[in-house]
Amino acid sequence: MIRFILRRSGSLILLLIAVSFITFTLFQLGPADPASAACGQECTPERVAEARVALGMDQPFLVQYADYMRGLVAPRMIGAPGAESVCQWPCLGKSFQTNEDVSDIIGRSLPYTLSMAIGALVLWTVSGVGLGLLAALRKGSATDKFIVGAASVGVSLPIPVTGLFLLLVFVNQLHLLPFTTNEIASPLGPQGPWAWVLNYLLPWIALAVLFSASYIRVTRTNMIETFGEDFIRTARAKGLAPRTVTFKHGVRAGITPVVTMLGMDIGLLLGGAVLTEQIFSVPGLGFTAVRAAISGDLPVTMAITMLAAFFVIVANVVVDLAYAAIDPRVRLQ
Amino acid sequence: MNRAPPLTQLQSTAEPGAASSSPAGNGAPSGRSKAAPKAGPAGEAAPVEARSLLATAWLRIRRSRIALLSLCVVVAIVLFAILAPFLSAVSGNDPFTSNTSPEVLDDFETPGLPLPGYMYPSAGHWLGVEPGLGRDLFARLAHGGQVSLTIALLSTAVSVVLGTVLGAAAGYFGGKTDAIISRIMDLFLAFPHLLLVLSLTPILQSRLRDTPLGQGSFLPMASLVIILGFFGWAYLARIVRGQVLSLREREFVEAARSFGASHLSILFRQVIPNVMGVVLVYGTMLIPTNISAEAALSFLGVGVKDPTPSWGQMLNAAQSGNWYLSDPWFLAVPGTMLIVTVLAFNLLGDAVRDALDPKASRH
Repeated sequence: MIRFILRRSGSLILLLIAVSFITFTLFQLGPADPASAACGQECTPERVAEARVALGMDQPFLVQYADYMRGLVAPRMIGAPGAESVCQWPCLGKSFQTNEDVSDIIGRSLPYTLSMAIGALVLWTVSGVGLGLLAALRKGSATDKFIVGAASVGVSLPIPVTGLFLLLVFVNQLHLLPFTTNEIASPLGPQGPWAWVLNYLLPWIALAVLFSASYIRVTRTNMIETFGEDFIRTARAKGLAPRTVTFKHGVRAGITPVVTMLGMDIGLLLGGAVLTEQIFSVPGLGFTAVRAAISGDLPVTMAITMLAAFFVIVANVVVDLAYAAIDPRVRLQ
Repeated sequence: MNRAPPLTQLQSTAEPGAASSSPAGNGAPSGRSKAAPKAGPAGEAAPVEARSLLATAWLRIRRSRIALLSLCVVVAIVLFAILAPFLSAVSGNDPFTSNTSPEVLDDFETPGLPLPGYMYPSAGHWLGVEPGLGRDLFARLAHGGQVSLTIALLSTAVSVVLGTVLGAAAGYFGGKTDAIISRIMDLFLAFPHLLLVLSLTPILQSRLRDTPLGQGSFLPMASLVIILGFFGWAYLARIVRGQVLSLREREFVEAARSFGASHLSILFRQVIPNVMGVVLVYGTMLIPTNISAEAALSFLGVGVKDPTPSWGQMLNAAQSGNWYLSDPWFLAVPGTMLIVTVLAFNLLGDAVRDALDPKASRH
């Protein structure tokens, strides 16, 4: 087990470095001219030249990358000679737009993204796994067909359409819920947990509709497969209560692929639910990334993309480790 | 197994077992023993292969009412998009002419909102007119469909070619080639799809601006095709690789080798024709993903931009200025079209998979 952990952690670090390098390459070499993007409107050739120096773009590419990575361990100075300013640790560069440290911008956005992720996650796991299990237990029945049909439709509902529809109906027409405000970042705020729930309920539902559809499908398929296995027949033959067979033997064995999905989706969602945050004006990472992408604020988009990829990779490794802990066969592969 | 397409929809749900060697192995054949029977019927005669594949799919689709219906809807939508210029000519409107005269658009209460006679379907404007600029909604929906579907189909084609060739090469050559390509696949799967595509699209557009690809309304289309195509191949490649791993040990490959066929010839003449089944399945499933992705990007304002219409751009137009709150019609028109299209392609994809991937259709 320890060897497995070491091996996975080793490849994790390599993958993280590779991701940071590739992101850096895409964002630094990709744009026709980052310097003129940084320099903004009313740009003169001299100011572009200044911006190039300020961004360190007169340096060789690998030096730029090394500088960037150094910022992750220690504070560094950014800016044109004479006009430098400190970029605090962990330094991810400075915003072209506001000259703020990118890490500050990310720190500010993260609580919103977390709020979005947590609620949506609970909602779609409960509904997805619950309905999937129900469908599997009543395979072939009308309930099953309805749930499977609903999942097919759910997976085809684009977030912009569902999101706007929810806003239209529940906020604009029925006045049941308030429009999302960015004053409530966490359930621990002064408004209390209930206001937090009401504030994020619609984004949660918008996300859950899409996500739970895939959870229903996977849960149903895997549970049906598991219920067909020999050990379930054995458990039944032993005369165990149907409830015990279903939950203690069946669900336990059949739920593992769902755990994998869950791990991956958590990683994905921590990088920001781009569309949902945009529609409901929740200023999380995804929202910030869209703003930055449209205004050409490269350091911000680059840092958020990198961070999101990190979350996905780490989640992936955590899932693998959890698997290895549960199932010894995995370690030997 | 009954898992949605990779990078599902807008939030692009990560696949289990996608970015690492997780044991779930959803749908992807993981070992020889499992995958071998799958390639069975396809293995014998390469020349008739392509026909029998589509014929198999068709036989299966014909038997299911839902599959047949979704195929009809897909054909209808594709025809609707292809015939867009013709249809809008018949309706007497084009997607770009605006009409802001006070007879068409409100000037007092809600400035810009179409007046009653122009809001909903009528003989003059089959779906009414757009708020703000008064352009014909039907013409924009049809032309927008052309743009959305072109982007989705071309980017799918790019992903399918890349995924098939790279996946087959990884599986066939093994060793270092496999290690390198597999690591690249892992990396591509690790990036949050939408976020990366979102932030790179403006960058690519700034690059393309001075090239022949970057002229006028061509620029957003070309950049979306390149970006979506380039970042969508990894999942398909992984599946193809798994299939090829078992194929390359089969007799007909060995026979070709003993005749002295070159590696490239074996790869393209023997191996790839035999994985066309999974390619067709996962290619079909990529189409709705890319339709959604185009809609998402254009909705966010980085894809297709006004005046060029696309379904995502129309959603964007409905949201900007909160027109959809003034009247849900502006959300309903592109929204319904988008949902019906994605749903039809998804159901068709399920049907194709059930037909060509026996392992997945046990239930």
